[in-house]
Amino acid sequence: MSDVSYGKLIREGLWSNNQALVALLGLCPLLAVTNTAINGLGLGIATTLVLVMSNATVSLIRNLVRPEVRLPVFVIVIASFVTAVELSMNAWFYELYKVLGIFIPLIVTNCAIIGRAEAFASKHRLTPSLVDGLAMGLGFTCALVTLGGMRELIGMGTLFAQADLMFGDLASGWTLSLGEKFNGMLLAILPPGAFIGMGLMIALKNIIDGRLSKRAEPARTPAAEGSMETGTA
Amino acid sequence: MRFTTISSPHSDRPNSVSRTMLLVILALLPGALAMIWFFGWGILVNMLLASATAVACEALTMRLRGRPALPAISDYSAVLTALLFAVAVPPLLPWWLTVLGVAFAILLVKQMYGGLGYNPFNPAMAAYAVLLVSYPVQMTSWLPPEMLNEHPLTLLQAATVIFTGVLPGDLTWDALTMATPLDAMFTQLDQSRMVSEILMSPLWGDFGGRGWEWVGNWYLLGGLFLIYKRVISWHIPVSMLGSLLLVAMLFHFLDQDAYPFGLFHIFTGGTLLGAFFIATDPVSACTTKRGQLVYGASIGLLVFIIRTWGGYPDAVAFAVLLMNMAAPTIDYYTQPRAFGHQGVRRD
Repeated sequence: MSDVSYGKLIREGLWSNNQALVALLGLCPLLAVTNTAINGLGLGIATTLVLVMSNATVSLIRNLVRPEVRLPVFVIVIASFVTAVELSMNAWFYELYKVLGIFIPLIVTNCAIIGRAEAFASKHRLTPSLVDGLAMGLGFTCALVTLGGMRELIGMGTLFAQADLMFGDLASGWTLSLGEKFNGMLLAILPPGAFIGMGLMIALKNIIDGRLSKRAEPARTPAAEGSMETGTA
Repeated sequence: MRFTTISSPHSDRPNSVSRTMLLVILALLPGALAMIWFFGWGILVNMLLASATAVACEALTMRLRGRPALPAISDYSAVLTALLFAVAVPPLLPWWLTVLGVAFAILLVKQMYGGLGYNPFNPAMAAYAVLLVSYPVQMTSWLPPEMLNEHPLTLLQAATVIFTGVLPGDLTWDALTMATPLDAMFTQLDQSRMVSEILMSPLWGDFGGRGWEWVGNWYLLGGLFLIYKRVISWHIPVSMLGSLLLVAMLFHFLDQDAYPFGLFHIFTGGTLLGAFFIATDPVSACTTKRGQLVYGASIGLLVFIIRTWGGYPDAVAFAVLLMNMAAPTIDYYTQPRAFGHQGVRRD
């Protein structure tokens, strides 16, 4: 288990085992807070921080914890980091903290985090666990930001509204807008919009995967594919 | 000479999907024509635009799925969805909302689930609900019926309003539009006026809103034709209208000033259209006969509940969608006992 390819870890985290789009973990915060891109980014960064720190800690204590009590221990570790992140956001990003509300403490229950602790960090050394946590967190953040941006754009006709909540006054001019007369589709902001948008994102990912594997296939086995086609047609 | 003997069942002609859909479209025509008569040419423009969009979306998905487009288009199911959508939305709905709604109905609600026969929700009503939630202002800008309309628009004017949003002359939206009878009734009830007081307005006819009741009558006629042709069975419409009437009459009996009379609910809004053309959608409704009774009665009850205590002007779309969700479960619990079998023992 010691020879883990870091490239593979990053690829899995960002794409092929994306926690939001493939594993479908952490859907509750994913669907609830992504009504703007900035909200998604905020929650994504918080989740990534927790994920990296909990992966590191779990990896360090993996030989000390008995398997019988591992889950409570993991939860305590994760909860401690979530509390730390929550208090720091309360201190430095108070406006964003107010917007994200209950979903910051709820990171504790995000299955993606305990899933990585159980499936990866408890079996690997420190560095691979750190890389895994970072890649998985970034993959999750990308999904959150994309979904949030999509819903914000369709629903309100803006992108990166309220960026100043996160980046300070410097960012107050970052908001892109489709104009005042844009008739936003309110449904995109409402919960059904989250489900529909999420479904469309998964569909898009599957289309891209299908195209990629189709492109890779003929180069490898042109004969086999030819016979397959007559069989299935 | 040889006589070919064919065993039963005997049928005079094959019952195809396209024949069924054409019969439903035929049955919808009287009601649709009445809509055009009472609410102007905008309805016709919407119908044409919605049908064109539906056919285009259907062809697009068939192409994406790598299947021949012609069979899917020529079963007329997409056109029927488009027509049902067009008679449900306001006459002067901006063109991009019609296109958006029908595209949503065909692409996401119907084809995304696998096409005709696989959609768990009624496409026309899902699109209506999506638009109503997303664009409440445009979706509630109804015109007054013909006899109350002081500014009737010509076909060209209606088309101009739909496609450009520019009103002819110095008209404003406020002068042109009017609350629907259903909306007027419940808004004024919320302001604690009495039913008898509200009914003094010229908006009202004999049973429901003026104009609206006649549209309802023509839908009723079309629905009876469908039952006569056995395209739909009587179970869903009868149980839906029956339960709505029963509950409404009960409440009216308890407090005559706070709850409008039973027939009001039948003849205003989309009740009759919903009962005969939308709730009976063979794909998304229940299939067992006992299930259909439960399904229809629940829709009637939900319509009353949502209209009376809910926030939206009409309830048929929401009630139908909610019961679409419950339809598989109802079917599961109402399967008829096969002849010769003991009932299922539940220990």
